Amino acid sequence: MSLTAKDKDVVKAFWGKISSKADAIGQEALGRMLVVYPQTKIYFAHWPDYSLGSAQVNKHGKTVMRAITDAVGKMDDLIGGLSSLSDLHATTLRVDPGNFKILSHNILVTLAVHFPADFTAEVHVAVDKFLAALSAALADKYR
Amino acid sequence: MVEWTEFERTTIQDIFSKMNYDVVGQQSLARCLIVYPWTQRYFGNFGNLYNAAAIMGNPMVAAHGKVVLHGLDRAVKNMDNIKAAYAELSVLHSEKLHVDPDNFRLLGDCLTVVVAAQLGAAFTPEVQAAFQKFLAVVISSLRRQYQ
Repeated sequence: MSLTAKDKDVVKAFWGKISSKADAIGQEALGRMLVVYPQTKIYFAHWPDYSLGSAQVNKHGKTVMRAITDAVGKMDDLIGGLSSLSDLHATTLRVDPGNFKILSHNILVTLAVHFPADFTAEVHVAVDKFLAALSAALADKYR
Repeated sequence: MVEWTEFERTTIQDIFSKMNYDVVGQQSLARCLIVYPWTQRYFGNFGNLYNAAAIMGNPMVAAHGKVVLHGLDRAVKNMDNIKAAYAELSVLHSEKLHVDPDNFRLLGDCLTVVVAAQLGAAFTPEVQAAFQKFLAVVISSLRRQYQ
């Protein structure tokens, strides 16, 4: 399910539209994930507060979203571009890659909430493919 | 037996009582056929599904989306025993329609996105959790008869 030229254009154009709200999107997506999929909290057992709007969720949501935005510019070689992040997730963080899909779903939901008119079916499929390709690249070094 | 909190019951009843089943049904099914094109395998006689615009405008997709949402209504009205309420539908999907049960989750995800877009900020993380729990129970009930 590789990214076509059209997918990449659609993702880039949509990301341009959401760029001013990108941090907030990342924060909300992470916050949603922790509420809707409580098992994901195990990766953040050291946090005092998992709620939407907490300092930890805000900081980490922003970090993750900035890396995703960065990956929008690396769609021609996600595996190469995400190599060191993949090393990090594989050897240090050891996040089960099944969770990438979970976070991706919550990003899509957050985009639908904030951009109901722009998040058309065509944008949805392109962004879903991009997040799937990104997740695969992130899992690349796992074994 | 699934345990529902007051908040979950109220949330589900509230979302569905305010929902336009025709619109949400059409939007969700069309989105599913576009985002997960392999699901089109079940709709060979639906005519033009060649691109997103064709799917969005297809009257058979709209009609069937409505059927699916009204099917969900059965679960909304029988939250304390969705398993029993869905026994026949489960047999239908496995024995007659031969739908891969993994597809139920795909349609469920598209429905979640459509409802999120409709409700906006009212679709809080807690509301999302209740909605997704409801869909998970429905999907599990639909899967029950698959051998």
